[in-house]
Amino acid sequence: MLTKEQIAQRIAKELKDGYYVNLGIGIPTLVANFVPSDIDVTLQSENGLLGMGPFPSEEEIDADLINAGKQTVTTLPGSVFFDSATSFAMIRSGRVDLTVLGAMEVNDKGDIANWKIPGKMVKGMGGAMDLVASAQNIIVAMQHTNRAGESKLLKELSLPVTGLGCVKKVVTNLCVMDVTERGFELKELALGVSVDEVKAATAGTLIVEGDIPVISF
Amino acid sequence: MNKVVQNAAEAIAGITDGMTLMLGGFGLCGIPENTINALVKSGVKNLTCISNNAGVDDFGIGLLLQSKQVKKMISSYVGENAEFERQLLSGELEVELLPQGTLAERCRAAGAGIPAFFTPAGYGTEVAEGKEVREFNGKQYIMEKAFESDYALVKAWKGDTDGNLIFKATARNFNPLMAMAGKITIAEVEELVQPGELDPNFIHTSSIFVNRIFQGTDYEKRIEQRTTK
Repeated sequence: MLTKEQIAQRIAKELKDGYYVNLGIGIPTLVANFVPSDIDVTLQSENGLLGMGPFPSEEEIDADLINAGKQTVTTLPGSVFFDSATSFAMIRSGRVDLTVLGAMEVNDKGDIANWKIPGKMVKGMGGAMDLVASAQNIIVAMQHTNRAGESKLLKELSLPVTGLGCVKKVVTNLCVMDVTERGFELKELALGVSVDEVKAATAGTLIVEGDIPVISF
Repeated sequence: MNKVVQNAAEAIAGITDGMTLMLGGFGLCGIPENTINALVKSGVKNLTCISNNAGVDDFGIGLLLQSKQVKKMISSYVGENAEFERQLLSGELEVELLPQGTLAERCRAAGAGIPAFFTPAGYGTEVAEGKEVREFNGKQYIMEKAFESDYALVKAWKGDTDGNLIFKATARNFNPLMAMAGKITIAEVEELVQPGELDPNFIHTSSIFVNRIFQGTDYEKRIEQRTTK
């Protein structure tokens, strides 16, 4: 099984030179730690920063300089600040090449739910609905099952939807799957995880064809 | 015309019960601290607040929630505030949640004289309920309307006495958009200077959008997630 860091590390393999990337809160944020050194990737933070740098040292901390997760960050040479309308202009116009998000549920049509549990938890969608409505390439990083052991990869969402038919790839603690017209296509397995384990943990349609390679980093 | 007021208490003159306010800031970054504190002291109530977030329990808009001065919040993300969640789930507080880009664009539209626009964000979700849907080039969009607000309360880094504003780093966020969108815009600044002292090349908000300006004091600038390497 993959750790959260390993999920992030596997997603980082999807990065390409020149990509502008938006990373959501949680596991997606960790992807920044695994950007290959031979490519240039620019991180967009939707609160108004393109070219997000690493966390600051104690001396560098600036309350006016945060990311979308409200964490203190730094700039890099070439960084730029802008207002929130400009930020979402970048997002809605499709200029962000890759979006990595967490999810509560994903179904086998690529619909995603990650903003609300009716009657229990209301946090809001933040920028997620804008991102999923517009991004060409959306990867979801999440645990395969919830704390009760129930599948988060479903036929139909049980929670309010964030966006329709937008998820292209899901990386979980168990495996890597592409979301296609046929459903979840199993592409890679975490070391030590069997196809049967993935089948048992996946409630949505799962397509398994041929030998499934083990995830390499 | 003199736009300079002496302090936040003077700046909020005219804000009365039931009004709709826009408040700049993302989380606690770039919020109009002085103006919020003055609103708490004034006791004005039944406010509708348009702001990306609702502060935390004991800072920012959270203070207005604690004193039950807010009737309705229009926000995109409210996850940092336990009192907010309690009031919401108990039905004391009305909340409209919107995609962050939609929130920003509804401010921008209001400030730009555009009554409505179409966005893909929220199509097929609860957000789209009751809104007009149209197809453009094979994709579905929902119609969103410009906000209508009585006052916009913004925070800038530097401003001049004419009302020109410069924001710092990511404390810019919704501030310049809301500054354009208020019927009356109140700006508080960390540093108030004379006209001519700000380089016109680097001014973010033009004086024409700002009605009142004052130099704030005692900025706490609280950090929500203090992360270091």
